[in-house]
Parts: sequence; C-alpha cells; structure tokens
Amino acid sequence: MNSIKDRADLIAAAAKKMGKDVFKDDLVKISTPRHDLQRKSGKVVTLEEAIKKSGLKDGMTISFHHHFRGGDKVINMVVDKLAEMGFKNLHLASSSLIDVHKPLIEHIKNGVITKISTSGLRGDLATAVSHGLMEEPVVFRSHGSRGYAIATGELHIDVAFLGASSSDPLGNAAGFSMSENAKSICGSLGYALPDAKYADKTVILTDDLVDYPNQLNAISEADVDYVVVVDSVGDSSKISSGAIRDTKNPRDILLAKKAAKVVINSGYFENGFSLQTGSGGASLAVTKYLRQAMIDKGIKARFALGGITSHMVKLHQEGLIDRLIDVQSFDKVAAESLMSDPMHKSVSANEYAALLEPGSATHFLDVVILSALEVDVNFNVNVLVGSDGIIRGAIGGHPDTAADSALSVIVCPLLRGRIPCVVDEVTTLITPGSTVDVVVTEFGIAVNPRRPELKKRLQDAGIEIVEITALRDRAKSIIGEAAPLPFGDKVVGIVMNRDGSVMDVIKNIKD
Amino acid sequence: MERLRRTMMFVPGNNPGMMADAYIYGPDSIMLDLEDSVTMAEKDTARLLVYNALKTIDYGDTEMVVRINPLNTPYGKKDIEAVVKAGVDVIRMPKTETAEEVIEVEREIEKVEKEIGCLGRTQIMAAIESALGVVNAYAIATASKRMMGIALGAEDYSANLKTQRTPEGSELLLARETIVVAARAAGIDALDTVYSNLNDMETFRNEVEAIKKLGFDGKSIINPRQIEVVNEVFAPKEKDIQKSLTILAAIKEAEKKGSGVIAVNGKMVDRPVVLRAQRTIDLAIASGILTKEDIQ
Amino acid sequence: MELKNAMAGTLESGDILIQIAPSDVDGLHIELDSTVAYQFGEQIYQFGEQIKKVITNTLQELGINKANVKATDKGALDCTIKARVTAAAVRSTGVDVWA
Repeated sequence: MNSIKDRADLIAAAAKKMGKDVFKDDLVKISTPRHDLQRKSGKVVTLEEAIKKSGLKDGMTISFHHHFRGGDKVINMVVDKLAEMGFKNLHLASSSLIDVHKPLIEHIKNGVITKISTSGLRGDLATAVSHGLMEEPVVFRSHGSRGYAIATGELHIDVAFLGASSSDPLGNAAGFSMSENAKSICGSLGYALPDAKYADKTVILTDDLVDYPNQLNAISEADVDYVVVVDSVGDSSKISSGAIRDTKNPRDILLAKKAAKVVINSGYFENGFSLQTGSGGASLAVTKYLRQAMIDKGIKARFALGGITSHMVKLHQEGLIDRLIDVQSFDKVAAESLMSDPMHKSVSANEYAALLEPGSATHFLDVVILSALEVDVNFNVNVLVGSDGIIRGAIGGHPDTAADSALSVIVCPLLRGRIPCVVDEVTTLITPGSTVDVVVTEFGIAVNPRRPELKKRLQDAGIEIVEITALRDRAKSIIGEAAPLPFGDKVVGIVMNRDGSVMDVIKNIKD
Repeated sequence: MERLRRTMMFVPGNNPGMMADAYIYGPDSIMLDLEDSVTMAEKDTARLLVYNALKTIDYGDTEMVVRINPLNTPYGKKDIEAVVKAGVDVIRMPKTETAEEVIEVEREIEKVEKEIGCLGRTQIMAAIESALGVVNAYAIATASKRMMGIALGAEDYSANLKTQRTPEGSELLLARETIVVAARAAGIDALDTVYSNLNDMETFRNEVEAIKKLGFDGKSIINPRQIEVVNEVFAPKEKDIQKSLTILAAIKEAEKKGSGVIAVNGKMVDRPVVLRAQRTIDLAIASGILTKEDIQ
Repeated sequence: MELKNAMAGTLESGDILIQIAPSDVDGLHIELDSTVAYQFGEQIYQFGEQIKKVITNTLQELGINKANVKATDKGALDCTIKARVTAAAVRSTGVDVWA
C-alpha cells in the first residue's frame, strides 16, 4: 500500500535528513473578508513604536531622503521625536539637507546628532557647520557615490526613515498616491531606494495609508519593517523652490541659449542622443531651447536622465524624447508624469550614477548641462562652498554626470553681483577639471584644452571660443581682487570622490 | 561698416545691476534713461550712476545713448553736462517738438564740449512724441549736423492724438511714415517706438516686420528677450545676400579697372543700389549669416 | 564743510545704500555691512578694504574729511559705489558737482 500513512516513516526520514520538521495539519483558516485585511497589518505602528521596535541605539546611523526639498517635514519630525526619546550621538545620513532643516542645529548642540553624511547643506545649518558647529566633519558624497556606499556597506544604515506619499499597510510605498485622499506628491523616490533596500530596518512614513495593494510602488513591502501614518510628509508646492525654478531672468535665458548652441554643434546632437540638465535656472532652461532644434533637424533623444522637469516631460510627450529616467522629480508636472506614464520610470541613486555599477544610467549619457558656483582656470568646478567660504550648495550628481557623459557643459554667469564665478582656484574641489569640457558664460565660451576636436567643431559652427584665463581676467577687471578669507584650521567637511577616495576638505571660517 | 541700429535697449538709469549687465545681450545701442524711468527724487543719483557707469564699464563697441530730461526742467542742463563729460555717444532728447529745442540742446552740448576740449564729439537724436513733433519732423531731423536719428515715442503721441494704441497700430501709421520720410530726407536713421507686452512675442514680431517694411532702421526695446526677434526680422534673406555680394564684387572689379561705370548682368548699377547692397551685407554679418572673411 | 544727514542708494542686489551724518571727531568713520565683505575681529576680508577705499577717496575728492558714513552694500561695483557716495555727499552738503 502507498497511502500517506504508509509513507510516514519515509517522510520522517526525509525530513530528518534535510533537518526539517514533519508537517502537522493544525492550520486554522481565517475567514475574515479579505477586504478588511487589506487595511491593516502589524507593521502599522506609531512613530515612537517604530523607533523602539527598530532597535535603534545611541551611536547608530539613521537615514532620510530629500525628495520634498524645501517642503520636507520628515527629517525634523523624526529627529524631534528621537531627541524627545533621549537618543544621543546619532549619525544622520540624508541624501541632502536644505534650509528647512535648520532645527537640526539645536539637535547638534544637544548631542542628539553628532555626525552628518549628505550631498549638500544650505541655509543656517550650512552656515553654522561652516563656522565649526560640529566636532566631526560632515561627509559629502555625490548621489551616485552615496547610493554605491550604501550598497557596499561603506555607509551602513541602521534605520531608514523614508517619507512616502502613499503606502499600504505592508509598506508598498510610492512618491505619489492614486487614492482620492492623496495629500502630497514628490514623484521619484530614487534617492531613497538604496536606503530601503540596504538599511537594517526601514520605516515608511506616509500621509496617505491606502488599501493593499498600492501598485506602481517604488519601495516594496519586502524591504519595509514599519509603516507610520503622519499628518503630512511634505509640502509638494515647495518641491520646485530653492535651486529649481523656471527662469524669466534674461541672463539665465541668454546663458541657456548659448549652451543650447554649444550642444547643437558639439557633434553629439544626433538621433538617439541622451541628455541631462542639472539644477539652476540656466541649465534647466537649456531643454527649452534644444526643443526647436530637435524639431527642425528631426532629432529625437533616446532618454533624458536625472532630475526630470516639466520641460523634459513636454518634450517626451511631443515624442522628442523616448524615455525619462527619473532619479528626482524637479516639479509637480514631472511627478505626475511619473505616476501616469510607463515610459517615465524612476531609478535608484546607485543605478543612476554610481561609478562602479555597470548599469548606471550616467554611463550611457551623451550630454549633461550643469551649473556651478565657481569654475577655475583648470576647469575644476565647485558647487558646494560659496566664495565667502560658507557651505551653500549640494554636490548632487555633478561629478558623476560630468565624468560619465560624453560632453559636460557648465553654464554659469561670469559675475553674480560682485562675486566672480571664474577664478584662479575653486574654493572647494567638487568636480575635477579633467571631466569638464565646456564652460559657458555671458562673456564668452571656453573649451577644455583636452578637447581640441570639440573646440574646432564649435568654431567651425561660428561660435567664438575664448581662453578660460581671459574670462577670469575679465571678471577681475570688473570687480577687482578680493582679499583672502580667514579660514581656520578645523576641518568641517570632507568631500569624497566617487571612487571612494577623499578629494578635498572644507576648513572652518573663523567666527 | 556703417553702424547698425536694429535694437536700442532702454535701461533705467537708476538700476546699477541692469546697467552693468546690458552689454552682454548684444543690443546695437544701449539707452540709459534719466527721464521717464527715474522719479524726480532720484534724478540726481541716477545722473551720477549713469555718469560713473559710462566712464567705467566696458561696453565694447556698443553705441551708448542717454535719454536726458527736457531743458525746460531743472535737470536737463545737468544731464547734458554729466553725460558729455562721461563721453556718451548720443544724447536722446525726449518729447521733441521743434527745431529750436534741438538747437538749444546743441548749444548746451557745445558749451560742455568746449570746456573739456572735445568739440563735436556728441551726437543727438530726437524722440518725436506729439502731433506737433510729427508735423515738424523734417525740421527737427535737419536742425543740427549732430543729428543721427529720430525716433517715435508712441505712448505720448497716441495720447496727444486723443486715441490709444492698438495691436495693428493704424493710429501710428502717419507718424511712422512721416518719421521715416523725414529721416531719409535728412540722411539720418529712423527708430520705432517700444512694444511693452513682453508676454506677447507674436504681436511684437508682427510689429517689427511691419516697421521694417515701412523703412525703419530699428526698434527701441525694453527687454533683452526682444533682441533676438528684432535681429531675426532684420536678417537679410539668402537671395538678397547673393545679389548684394554680386553687386559689391562688380564694384571691386570696376575700381580695379578704374572704370566709373558699374554694371551687373549688363545693367547699370546706381549708387542707392550699391548702398543697399552694402547695408544688406552689414546686416548679414551682424546676424551671423556671413563672416567678415566671407566677403574678402 | 557743514553736513546734514543724507542718504543715497538702495538695498537692491548690485547696489549700495550710503548714509552720511555729521561727526564731532576728525576723520571719516565708515561702518560697512556688505554681502561681499567678511568682518572677523578688527580685520575685514574679501572686498571690504576696497569698498572702504572707494568711499574714502570719493569723499576726500569732494573735500569731506569729517563724517560718519554707514554703507550697506549688496555687491555694488566700484562705479556704483562712487556714484552713490557722491550723491549722498551732494545731498549732505547741498553743493552739487555739476555747474
């Protein structure tokens, strides 16, 4: 006979051999309507419970994303709670920090936060750090480097606190919500994806808890441990504030038109090319002026990458750009397009721009247009520290895209009031001159001597090219020479190169 | 190469940031304004800003124009003294109605020029902004050998006519035609009025095309964004460029032979045709269609 | 020269606001607040010295050697500083630079 009873010994032997138990049928089937189950889960807890359950201890690393930019509410909310619960010596690793995160100054003074890793710092927090607020220097990484450092464990995250515009009770989360209760939208969660995947514990904070399944989710329940419902994760209207804005400034428009002309005549403006524009009025506006040339010459782009703007979305919808690869939605139009258009996809920071990730989208990028605080006569670029020695920017994807693209174009005014942008030596080295090809200013366009063929192509197209030293001299002739700043001897910031080496340090400004 | 005046960009004389930046947009002329864009309380400071800007800022070969206050205000004479001393290229007179006003301004300019030893350096242009001014257009245009152009100021003019401005501009037609004819008769330039709605580039372009057809040399503009449109409209067509190049080549040929008679395709070429050909080539170079090497 | 309180200029980007007041003590006492100058201790960095020099020279050329000057600078170029200082001085003394 071969009934299951007869096979009992064999089953027991197989189980023993495999080190497993023998199945016992003590299952009780749950008869609750599934409809009810879709609305709850043991993962849904309060913020305080989530923190307690996560096992967070003093000295550990917590992480955040900055997709809501100036409208972010998560970082301040969570750190306030951690302070209230008595945590100390935490390492805060955010994809970036901006003006709105000013309350961190108090938490640093009180010892709640003693270490920061970020792509950028702005506002009062940045000024305080520049004057020596922290004992430990802030570690700055590009977006690609941060993603890669998280993936390899170099930047180990104990607990990630990630804001999402929708999540179901299991933690399937997105930067938008398709429910009628949607309160916020930030679009891509690209910078948060490495955190969700590699953090020991991941807490989703959401202002719209939706029924299972929250499809088109960027973050999967498999990576989520707790879900916390809050009033608001961010003010979407402030996504396009700060560095991101649609310019009416005539000088930005002039710079954008000049940069577009460079791109069009660079030799890379061909069917199937790929494009990225960085933050800053002039670089964002370039897309607008490339559009007409694409129509006139019948050129279509394979993809646009990086921070996606409404201009990019428009070109995509007009059939001029096949695909949008979105690590960060720069405005609400882009965020909404991500939600509704299958050819508009988000990408995680390390698959966007990591040096050693073979599939990084930046490896396939033809043209990038970037802004700068300063460029020096060796084409080195600084986007982080002002010429007053105060940190006031973010590395972003600047060095990643400059290095990986076939053509990197920097657009910056020669002068911002009395602040020169073409200088003898950048205040802080962020993007090495070896990766920068063209510098566009209102007083002339300079080409890196490394690229003689590019210079010739532009000259053949009737574009006047000047020496970068001539731009520096012109700036000096207008504004004179500044007396050097009183830097101290304390290192307040460390700039990591994308290969994991240390590239530069930022010294404190005496206060 | 004769000076082109496709665009004369207005810049308020009390805005140092804009005065420092104006050059980068490449207008043919920059007009720093001491008149309507400056309040009475700031006339003194604007005059000093314009004076120091003209003396210090490198405007390249852009033509520098200053619109002064009328001589019948407490500011006019001081404006002239300041800008002549600063070395301005052109003084623009607002609301000009008679030749006598031009002569009076010329007298003031001469006084300052004599004092600093540069007699005859400063040119004059007059804005015509009233019915009386239009009636006297030719007299104004010929009132001084310093006159380089006359311009229409349409806001005051249409108010003076007891009408208002319309998109198609029929209320300005007579004034525009009169000004072009007077300027041509006097051998000087004719410049059209400003168009102030920056959000309607379409109507602006239509207006520029219309005034080009009427014969104007260029347009007064209020924002750098308008420059490209004007330059596009004034860029010569390929066919005209080719024709002009042929004519200029024939002249060179004739000069070489020492022949006084110029013929192209068996047809005699008159002097006005030669001048127009030269202007077409100048415009083609300024528009970036030809380079100076192309015409060597 | 008899001075009265006077000012010229604005706080817009690229401009400078100059306030001149009579002083009981000899010399020009310039208080500078600038977006392109950094004060640390007694020292002033970046364009601070340059701006003070333009202010001093302009006033001395106009024969003013005894005054309190407050300058609030938003990145003005030297030619703008000169113009604003001259204007404030003319308003303060009542003596114009033009005939």
